[in-house]
Amino acid sequence: MKLNEQLIRSVIEEVLKDFNLDTSSTGSAAVSVPSNVEGLNLVEKGEAKKGTKSDEVVIGLAPAFGVHQTRTIIDIPHYKVLREIIAGIEEEGLKARVVRVNRTSDVAFISHDAAKLSGSGVGIGVQSKGTTVIHQKDLFPLGNLELFSQAPLIDEETYRAIGKNAAKYAKGESPTPVPVRNDQMARPRYQAKAALLHIKETEHVQLGAKPVELDAQFK
Amino acid sequence: MLDSFIADHAINLQRAEEAMAIDSLEFARRLVDINIPRGEIVKYTTAMTPAKVVEVVGNLTVLEMMMAVNKMRSRRIPSNQCHVTNVKDHPVQIAADAAEAAVRGFDEMETTVGITRYAPFNALALMVGSQVGRPGILTQCAIEEATELILGMRGLTAYAETVSVYGTEQVFIDGDDTPWSKSFLASAYASRGLKMRFTSGTGSEVQMGYAEGKSMLYLEARCLYVTKGAGSQGTQNGSVSCVGVPAGVPGGIRAILAENLIGMMLDLECASSNDQTFTHSDLRRVARSLMQMVPGTDFICSGYSATPNYDNMFAGSNWDADDYDDWNVIQRDLRIDAGLRPVTEDVVVKVRNKAAKVIQAIFEELGLPAVTDQEVEAATYAHGSKDMPNRNVVEDLKAAEEMMARGVTGLDVVKALYKRGFEDVAGSVFSLLKQRVAGDYLHTSAILDKDFKVISSVNDPNDYRGPQTGYVISDARWEEIRNIPNAVNPEDF
Repeated sequence: MKLNEQLIRSVIEEVLKDFNLDTSSTGSAAVSVPSNVEGLNLVEKGEAKKGTKSDEVVIGLAPAFGVHQTRTIIDIPHYKVLREIIAGIEEEGLKARVVRVNRTSDVAFISHDAAKLSGSGVGIGVQSKGTTVIHQKDLFPLGNLELFSQAPLIDEETYRAIGKNAAKYAKGESPTPVPVRNDQMARPRYQAKAALLHIKETEHVQLGAKPVELDAQFK
Repeated sequence: MLDSFIADHAINLQRAEEAMAIDSLEFARRLVDINIPRGEIVKYTTAMTPAKVVEVVGNLTVLEMMMAVNKMRSRRIPSNQCHVTNVKDHPVQIAADAAEAAVRGFDEMETTVGITRYAPFNALALMVGSQVGRPGILTQCAIEEATELILGMRGLTAYAETVSVYGTEQVFIDGDDTPWSKSFLASAYASRGLKMRFTSGTGSEVQMGYAEGKSMLYLEARCLYVTKGAGSQGTQNGSVSCVGVPAGVPGGIRAILAENLIGMMLDLECASSNDQTFTHSDLRRVARSLMQMVPGTDFICSGYSATPNYDNMFAGSNWDADDYDDWNVIQRDLRIDAGLRPVTEDVVVKVRNKAAKVIQAIFEELGLPAVTDQEVEAATYAHGSKDMPNRNVVEDLKAAEEMMARGVTGLDVVKALYKRGFEDVAGSVFSLLKQRVAGDYLHTSAILDKDFKVISSVNDPNDYRGPQTGYVISDARWEEIRNIPNAVNPEDF
């Protein structure tokens, strides 16, 4: 199966080369993260700086993500969440850069901080419980390009689609937003758990702290 | 920061010593004493600290709180508000659902978005659709605060509600806000003659991670004093979207009623929540709502989902379109006025169809992506968005952005309606715009009747003083409530 995918991809790339087209817009560029990851090391590399490359999307992680909490509200391991988002970005031929936002646990501000650090101006913010926002640096902090407010409805496929769409915005495209999902019974089922997870995340906020560059090492 | 703001702006210091010296239990008894009018209570509640007011209501049972709400509600006649949203952000469906909701009796309507950038279309569709159903409905679009203000200034909404305040400083700061920035926002609305209210509720500080180990009701009382101090005429409170938190602890639903009551005791308009799912139990969700339905509040729900709940983009309301018959029967059973009325199918079909046609015409006139006849037909009979064709979302979003960029306002909507022969709807939207020049609907608890006459706490104050005083259901209104279409006639047997 894997061989076939690679074969098809190389054929497409060959064909596109003939047409003199940029392969990055095909939506099938190579993905650096292996598909069978089982864990994640987030190695801190000092203060995160503003990027200058227009082909990057910055992923901002909330204070507890992958360290003090390791699963979303519906138990998706954080390494899978990050893997899918990065893979989605890379499929569009762009690069993902991962940072940790420590100054707040509010996903609007995490994603807006990520967007402001991003060379393309597009960032993604992810809370430990799974709530995710695609943001753009020139929008109001509480605005967004796409908001996925109901964490219990975000599956691995959606995280990949979020990565893909963020990359498309970064390329200046107008992608069809990831289809909105709604479950009117998510609140009764998950609100207390969401509050607890968020309180536990917020305990790790360091007010005024600078964002930290991370090297995401998948195992 | 919060305490000094409250001391400086929310507490009437002239009476503070006197108010604080009253025994809390004694004051609680005044709340349920029919011989003491509302105005006498407000004199002192606006001179108390948040901690004192929490101590006062802590003495009351839910039954006593309901009696107090009956007296303390600001406007004499109760009312109701609904949500009009759908998971596709389909503007034609929003217009049709709004028109139907208007016929069903809601005086205020609120929309929000699945995709943020759809906001201008949702606001436009709600405003126009509601006026087709009943002239004088007030509409709002709950969205990021700056965008919400812009939509209001453009005349695409008539009021705002989602101006959030919090009971701890850190939650305020986390949202890049202070009581002063919220006061400034309130002034921005007032300066353009737009109605607005703040929103807050128990559990929000817990949900945001900074409750500081304090009582949820105390934190909400602080919010209400900030609301008062900032000069807002009203509040939407009652835990609202955080309802799962208080509902999960003992006495939590009682605390939600206490929140509403404190809002009213501060002479604020109170849109009393009942707008969010919190349980899978039909019994619990009705029991929770009776606390506000029976005494009546300024807006019993804020709001009631005018669509099936799967389309409710506030993540599900405590009541939805499939509950309309039950709500109407509960009004009839208890002889209470909870704001709605029974309707007939032909009236509903007629207004839904007209609203869909009107939005079709406006889209064409304003150069927005076409609304097809198939969409008009589908919206006329749709139960929810599952019955609606998909629109080209990318094209819609581009057009919505462009519509804002070229500065389309409510007046352009009026002109478009007039040009296309919908002179009645054009007149209604125009009258709505004129309200903000007059400013009368900035008074506490204001709604508009079908002739755009303001009904507020100024010209319709709650004067309850015991049985057969205050709001009494008129004969005409009782006729409306009792005549449910599925009632059978003994003569038919």
